[in-house]
Amino acid sequence: MAVAADYIVETRDLTKEFKGFTAVSGVSLRVRRHSIHALIGPNGAGKTTCFNLLTKFLVPTSGRIFFNQRDITHAQPAAVARLGMVRSFQISAVFSHLSVLENVRVALQRRRGGYFHFWRSDRILDQLNDQVMDLLQSVGMTGDVHRLAGELSYGRKRALEIATTLALDPEMLLLDEPMAGMSSEDVLLIAALIRRISANRTILMVEHNLNVVAELSDRISVLKQGRILAEGTYQEVSNNPEVVEAYMGSPDD
Amino acid sequence: MGGLWGKRERLAMLLLLLLALVAPFLVYPVFLMKGLCFALFASAFNLLLGYSGLLSFGHAMFFGFAAYVTAHMGKVWGVNPEWAILGGVVTAAALGLLTGWLAIRRTGIYFAMVTLAFAQMMYFVAIQAPFTHGEDGIQGVPRGRLFGFIDLGESLTLYYFVLLVFVASLWFLNRVVQSPFGQVLKAIRDNEQRAISLGYAVNRFKLLAFVLSAAFSGLAGSMKCQVFQLASLADVHWHSSGEVVLMTLLGGIGSLMGPAVGAFLVVSIENYFAEAGAWVTIIQGGIFVFCVLLFRAGIIGTLSQWLKGLYSGVGKA
Repeated sequence: MAVAADYIVETRDLTKEFKGFTAVSGVSLRVRRHSIHALIGPNGAGKTTCFNLLTKFLVPTSGRIFFNQRDITHAQPAAVARLGMVRSFQISAVFSHLSVLENVRVALQRRRGGYFHFWRSDRILDQLNDQVMDLLQSVGMTGDVHRLAGELSYGRKRALEIATTLALDPEMLLLDEPMAGMSSEDVLLIAALIRRISANRTILMVEHNLNVVAELSDRISVLKQGRILAEGTYQEVSNNPEVVEAYMGSPDD
Repeated sequence: MGGLWGKRERLAMLLLLLLALVAPFLVYPVFLMKGLCFALFASAFNLLLGYSGLLSFGHAMFFGFAAYVTAHMGKVWGVNPEWAILGGVVTAAALGLLTGWLAIRRTGIYFAMVTLAFAQMMYFVAIQAPFTHGEDGIQGVPRGRLFGFIDLGESLTLYYFVLLVFVASLWFLNRVVQSPFGQVLKAIRDNEQRAISLGYAVNRFKLLAFVLSAAFSGLAGSMKCQVFQLASLADVHWHSSGEVVLMTLLGGIGSLMGPAVGAFLVVSIENYFAEAGAWVTIIQGGIFVFCVLLFRAGIIGTLSQWLKGLYSGVGKA
């Protein structure tokens, strides 16, 4: 077996400098296919910047990014999503003036095609509704189908966002703090969901809830000040004195 | 969801249509036609502002230039009105493609400034180009015979032609909003970053919306030229760009009938307070401030919210 093919995502010396400071510095990250990989670290460690670089929402200052052995360093963000690497956002990203059903359907529409058809009635999209209902069921939201997404509670919005992301059936998911602001029941629901969907997918997530990280992740990378401080299983990482110090030294976590 | 077309909306639309059919016997037809032309202009503008979230401040270039092309084709080339109008629409769409392609790379106030800059350039062209006849404009454009046999010189015939074009255009614009494309457009308006992360190349959607909006603004301009037999600098002036923003905001952005209602309101004020001279703009300003303070969602938006509340109250009782 080729070693390279084991990794779905690989970055080499990824660096992002903003005016006056380096948010991400020489990060070489490898994410094993069909694993759950967590990115943790104190606030301002560069986790979200890493996400933005991987999904091309930011252009790296230097370094390269590979997805499925393909160099995507200079790809457009929408193109990266079409290749099969889809992200969620830290601030719940829903389409607030669309209904819950339409939110998920917009994602399904992208795979269906025909999204430039401005002369056809949107009733032809009703054929996607069964799929939408299946996806909403997986996040326990079948009761909210016709509500406007903007009216939902924070936790429900996050769940909707995950359902929308899943609608694309991506090979790789990047979840930016999927549990933030969720009630404890929702955390359990979403953790179970992440576990379930990880069966034939790769998941890279940023998460502050260390219980969730411990339970779900196969591998953890700890970032501090834009650099990878440690990498390994939860056991290995949590026994690393540098990691302990980084966390104790930070009042945020 | 059943979509926009509930029973009550259907009934209201039918009543409006009946009213429009008998209106020329009650009101001066040319005034009605002017209202319909601006209603179409505002509805086309609303496609961009209300459903794509893009505030253009240069739509006068599409409106005014289509009028010039229609006037030139009708007067100098002597073609039938349908071809002259089509020429205006195609010109506006092409102009929309060119300017939109550059403008959509910016958002918010910068988008507005880029569109304004293009409109000012086109205004300069309108002053300098020989075929527009500068300050005089193109006057005395023949109304001609539609398809060669329908005499549009007859005011009533022309009115029903304008009404037909307006209703068909409004239906089509509504279809665009309620289409697979319209769904993605609304998603982009709500959250552009998220739409990108779902794999949509958002600029293409914005560009298509921009071109469609430009084309229908052009249709409005061509129709206005057909009605007034005139294409002038006033239509390409930035004042027209501002007026269409005003109409759309007054009536209510993102609603089907809102911009049309706003357009009729503004045209009425201009007509009936014409004697007031310079005071027209003051009265307009006053009404605008009043509406913005009182009806946050525009006249139609606020009205429909109020009706919704009323009906749901009745339903519960």
